Amino acid sequence: MEFLFALIIGFFLGGAAGYLGTLMLSQRMALVAGPLGHLTLPGIALALIFNFDVSLGAFPFVILGIFFIWLFEMNTKLPMEALTAIVFATGVAITFLFLPEEKTVPALIGDISQIQFLATFLSVMLSLLVLFVTKKIYSPMILAGISEDLAKTQRIPIKKYHFLYLLCIALTVALGVRIVGGLMTAALVAIPACAARNVSTNLIQYSYSGFFFGSLSCILGMVAFQFTNLPIGPLIVIVSTLFFLLSLFFKK
Amino acid sequence: MAGDILKVKNLNVVLDGEEIIKDLSFEVKERETLIILGPNGAGKTTLLRTLLGLNPYSGEITWNTKSISYLPPQELFQRKEVTPLSIGEFFGFKKVSSETVLRIFSAVGLDSSLLRRRFGAVSTGQFQRMLIAWALVDQPKVLLFDEPASGIDIGGQETVYSLLHQFWQDWNLTILLVTHDTSTDIIR
Repeated sequence: MEFLFALIIGFFLGGAAGYLGTLMLSQRMALVAGPLGHLTLPGIALALIFNFDVSLGAFPFVILGIFFIWLFEMNTKLPMEALTAIVFATGVAITFLFLPEEKTVPALIGDISQIQFLATFLSVMLSLLVLFVTKKIYSPMILAGISEDLAKTQRIPIKKYHFLYLLCIALTVALGVRIVGGLMTAALVAIPACAARNVSTNLIQYSYSGFFFGSLSCILGMVAFQFTNLPIGPLIVIVSTLFFLLSLFFKK
Repeated sequence: MAGDILKVKNLNVVLDGEEIIKDLSFEVKERETLIILGPNGAGKTTLLRTLLGLNPYSGEITWNTKSISYLPPQELFQRKEVTPLSIGEFFGFKKVSSETVLRIFSAVGLDSSLLRRRFGAVSTGQFQRMLIAWALVDQPKVLLFDEPASGIDIGGQETVYSLLHQFWQDWNLTILLVTHDTSTDIIR
């Protein structure tokens, strides 16, 4: 039963992450999910120590991290990637001060062995929310990426959409740590988006193939896990990478 | 007689502690073309952005229309192809019918097959004409255009200015142009 739950989460979460990833790649922010994944580690550590849901532990920490990045961005002229590096390194440092050694591996590379109905239901609902919000902000954010002034003169509330966008990233990362661990969340969003970029000539193809590659990578990674019993996170990432390599042959 | 479409009174703009515009007042009437001419760094772009409410300012800016379109300098567009956006999809951001898009394409002398091309995969001259089409597709009353001829060869510049002249005549358009180039036909 746990495997079926995992497959359902994989389909929706993988798809949402791939879809959101195409927007992140367009904003040149595909790698941000990596540091944000590391930021979840203190939350995962707490969840593993006190035995509650890892996504529940991860979410407040990623929100806190995004808040600090946003705060530093407002008050300095440093680029976002530098600020992200400061915040995520601090998160990792705090984690390894407190996380027991035996809990380290599942926190870093994911674990789907104990998924229950409630976690599945919440993951699916939140993935659908990410999909819905991403769809709503997708076109305006792409326009803002081409020219922020042009977007502003079209009366697009860029700050509000940017906030929603960051919230979607936070949710996706917090949900993603369950299946790929805190170490590899960037792979959930970045690799399907890169594969989608290779095979697309327009925005519709690009965004839909992001969903397709993300979803299929998670499902096939989970199937591989079922047969090999190797760690789930690395398997999903490797399947995703195989899709990327395959996409190079169909590059448009 | 045409009324004022824009009134600017005692405009002051300070950015990062530097005074860029000081006590500027002027009016623009409907169907007028105002050319803001000056060297690089004189504050021309700052003025256009301020008129659009994109910069903080003190003083008064009064528009008698909300139908305003703006084109930033071509260099400020991210044309590198990170996103596989087609030109047709770029026009989709304006939420106008495909017939309207085809009409404006024809008016600026672009072939409709360009709509299927990628956003960044056209020549500089075609890109500028495409931007003019984008700015005018929803028939604004005012066009604010920053450096219309930047990065374009002389033939392309003539095309851009004759297009602007044509729309100014046919559509009763009010145009505010920013340029540092005194050699252009529209200025002579």
